Amino acid sequence: MSLAVTERNAPFLLTGPALLVFLGLVIVPLGMTVLLSFYDWGQYKGIVPEFTLKNWIEVFTDSYFFEIFMRTFRIAILVTLAAIVIGVPEAYILNRMSPAWRSAFLLVIIGPLLVSVVARTLGWALLLGSTGLVNQGLISLGVIATPLEFMFTETGVVIALIHVLIPFMILAVWASLQRLDPQIENAALSLGAGRVTIWRRVILPQIVPGILSGSIIVFALAASAFASPAIIGGRRLKVASTLAYDEFLNTLNWPLGAAVATLLLVALVLITVGSNRLIERRYAQVFE
Amino acid sequence: MSHLVLDGLTKRFGGFTAVDAMNLSVENLSVERGEFVSLLGPSGCGKTTTLQMIAGFVDVDHGGIRLDGADLVSVAPNKRGLGIVFQSYALFPHMTVAENIAFGLEMRDIAKADRDRQTLAAMELVGLKGFADRYPRRMSGGQQQRVALARALVIKPALLLLDEPLSNLDAKLREEMQSELRQIQRSVGTTTILVTHDQHEAMALSDRIVLMNQGRIEQIGAPDQVYDHPASAFVASFLGKTNVLSGTGDGQGTATIGDLVLPLPGAGKGPLQLAVRPERLTFAAAGEPGLEARILARVFQGTHWLLTADSAAGALTLMRGNDGAAVPSEGETVRLRFSAADAALLPAGVAA
Amino acid sequence: MRRNGPLALIFHGLFVVFMLAPLLIVCVVAFTPEGYLSLPTRGPSLRWFRAILDYPEFIRAFRDSLWLAALSSTIAIGLAVPAALAIARYRFPGREAITALFMSPLMVPHVVLGIAFLRFFTQIGISGSFVGLVLSHVIVVIPFALRLVLAASYGIDRRIEHAAVSLGAGTATVFRRVTLPLILPGVVSGWLLAAINSFDEVTMTVFIASPATVTLPVRMFLYIQDNIDPLIAAVSACLIAMTAILLFALDRLFGLDRLFVGSGKG
Repeated sequence: MSLAVTERNAPFLLTGPALLVFLGLVIVPLGMTVLLSFYDWGQYKGIVPEFTLKNWIEVFTDSYFFEIFMRTFRIAILVTLAAIVIGVPEAYILNRMSPAWRSAFLLVIIGPLLVSVVARTLGWALLLGSTGLVNQGLISLGVIATPLEFMFTETGVVIALIHVLIPFMILAVWASLQRLDPQIENAALSLGAGRVTIWRRVILPQIVPGILSGSIIVFALAASAFASPAIIGGRRLKVASTLAYDEFLNTLNWPLGAAVATLLLVALVLITVGSNRLIERRYAQVFE
Repeated sequence: MSHLVLDGLTKRFGGFTAVDAMNLSVENLSVERGEFVSLLGPSGCGKTTTLQMIAGFVDVDHGGIRLDGADLVSVAPNKRGLGIVFQSYALFPHMTVAENIAFGLEMRDIAKADRDRQTLAAMELVGLKGFADRYPRRMSGGQQQRVALARALVIKPALLLLDEPLSNLDAKLREEMQSELRQIQRSVGTTTILVTHDQHEAMALSDRIVLMNQGRIEQIGAPDQVYDHPASAFVASFLGKTNVLSGTGDGQGTATIGDLVLPLPGAGKGPLQLAVRPERLTFAAAGEPGLEARILARVFQGTHWLLTADSAAGALTLMRGNDGAAVPSEGETVRLRFSAADAALLPAGVAA
Repeated sequence: MRRNGPLALIFHGLFVVFMLAPLLIVCVVAFTPEGYLSLPTRGPSLRWFRAILDYPEFIRAFRDSLWLAALSSTIAIGLAVPAALAIARYRFPGREAITALFMSPLMVPHVVLGIAFLRFFTQIGISGSFVGLVLSHVIVVIPFALRLVLAASYGIDRRIEHAAVSLGAGTATVFRRVTLPLILPGVVSGWLLAAINSFDEVTMTVFIASPATVTLPVRMFLYIQDNIDPLIAAVSACLIAMTAILLFALDRLFGLDRLFVGSGKG
């Protein structure tokens, strides 16, 4: 029987169904989107399947698009840096807790990941509004006289995205902290190292791979975030993904939207794959 | 004056579970300069906690630790200057062998040239010449063990603490490392405390063994002394195989076990218990008084036979050298004897 | 293990406040008796929770979201189990590439996936249909299902299966009686994680949902785009409460760290 499962054809029979689904539902649609970005479009004629570079020329030359992509990049970098600065110490603190406290606080950190991002961002909209709790608090404390502008600003978007994405950083760093030899701090201590030295020379170098892989995740998700920038940033403060959304569902210029989406995809893949390679090469000999 | 003195050291663990709850008390232990002392006992006996209190990783509730007469308890762990080899080695995986070994010297602000020279010497001492630029993860367990030892010794510690350092090695390598560890310790002359649950390791390495059980010291002594004269049933059964035989004392320094009558000064009147090693039990010649026993099973072990037997004084294990002589088979009845010097009288009321 | 100092604990406290504040504020505002956004200073009121009942589109969207999550994660598990077994135990050409392909929906921005599906479904004539929603969700949740089943599959000692074969079990019996029970924890947690991610997905879904088939997060997102009022806070509060209950149940059943740690997106 040619259909019998053998050691040789088993892997292909087993992965076959999923592979077909991915070819049909990922490769083909993505290919069609790339193709779409080379089509013509007009207000009245709609999509015209004729090869043109005009969308790409527009995306690369119009300063409007440049500004939006730069903003997206800036927000993603800021969110990543903040996630490192807050997430690394928090992961370290978490790792030093007793198991009972640790699993309790893990609920607090992982829990929000399961809550719809729309509900979480709504919370920040309520907190950050001009009459929101943060402004009311700051005014009653006498820190500021007039409400700070968070809504429709990059600061607001960054704050909301830190909240959404920091669990990924903490989980990545915590995973690498767990791989540390539990006696490693004692070993350094016995050799005469102080607190700061232990952190700088022993702990940090060993968790750098965790921090970097957490950073890649946070950066990629921040750069492609949609709901939080759309709600906090509104129509006034566009990022790449909300720009693509507007082109598709408001302006209806699908080919231009497709060009924006393709550029976002290519840029992210290049950045994440590139930094992954760099990390692997840098740490190959130390960490298997 | 003793080099290291542990004086009435206690630690109370008020853990959440019953298993954690333990009180450790080390009444009094003095270690001489250059001595190799093992803390030996089953897991949970308090030996590791004692070591960690000396190192400063665990706080001391009461009592003192003195090194060369100076109090150690109030000294921060990173100022104690002790060399420690951890069970997991705890090498810095992101540093090369040389960087690992030089770390402690760096913390002491020793100039680079001196540092390099001492690091090289330490690597030579442990037989790791030429491994300077290797990373620990790329080395075998035995090699990592040597790095850990070099890193601990290079700072010329007042005290070397070894926390089950050989337990992650396979049996053959462990034996090799034992003799090497002993040799290195002899050559540098550093006072050494070894924590282990392996009786063979403790006996092979130490000048003195401290036997611990349930947070207390059971016996302190040289390996052969502790082995031959166990102070308690626990020590007798923990160190090697032993037979606990019951007999009766007449209150005048004589004990009777089966037909055997032995002079035993210190034996009281009434029932008593004796510890006798399997290798000290021999067959009685015809007509000689002896303890009658029935052989239950025999197992061949190459250099000797291991026999189990049943007697009026209790179950027995005995050894018979593989010297070509006939070995009694299962079901046979034999008569056994041993001399008073081969038996250790166990304190009354403590069952094995 | 050394303890955390007071400074560390203050940092930790502030962080916990930061994580919980936006969720708590939503729940508090939902209880306002006023007709506008405010804290319930005059005592809590349930008027906005009752008001949800007057908006059947939220109820319908919730029901559709549940169906969508259940269907898409079930199909995803059905595809992921054989694929995971193949990847875990065979070395075959293209193995790395196939694994990367199956994990790729984590890498591709969901906006891009949404656009790609919108274009594709329009071309083949199923745009705005529930079938389209299910197909697209299967793709985005497969990585979660695959990762957990894969972790479980790597843990199996193949000699156990060989033992079953030596005792006379056929291929199907070995799978049903030995392999499947062994990877079951991975299958169940993979399904759950997939279902949760499907239920929460908004970025991609916003492109392919239609007025007839809209999920709850998309419905909420579109509502917030128009205005933010206590009603949407009440809907969100219900969602947060549901998630909290689910979270405690999952923690009891599986242990959250097992479900998530080392399984962050990436």
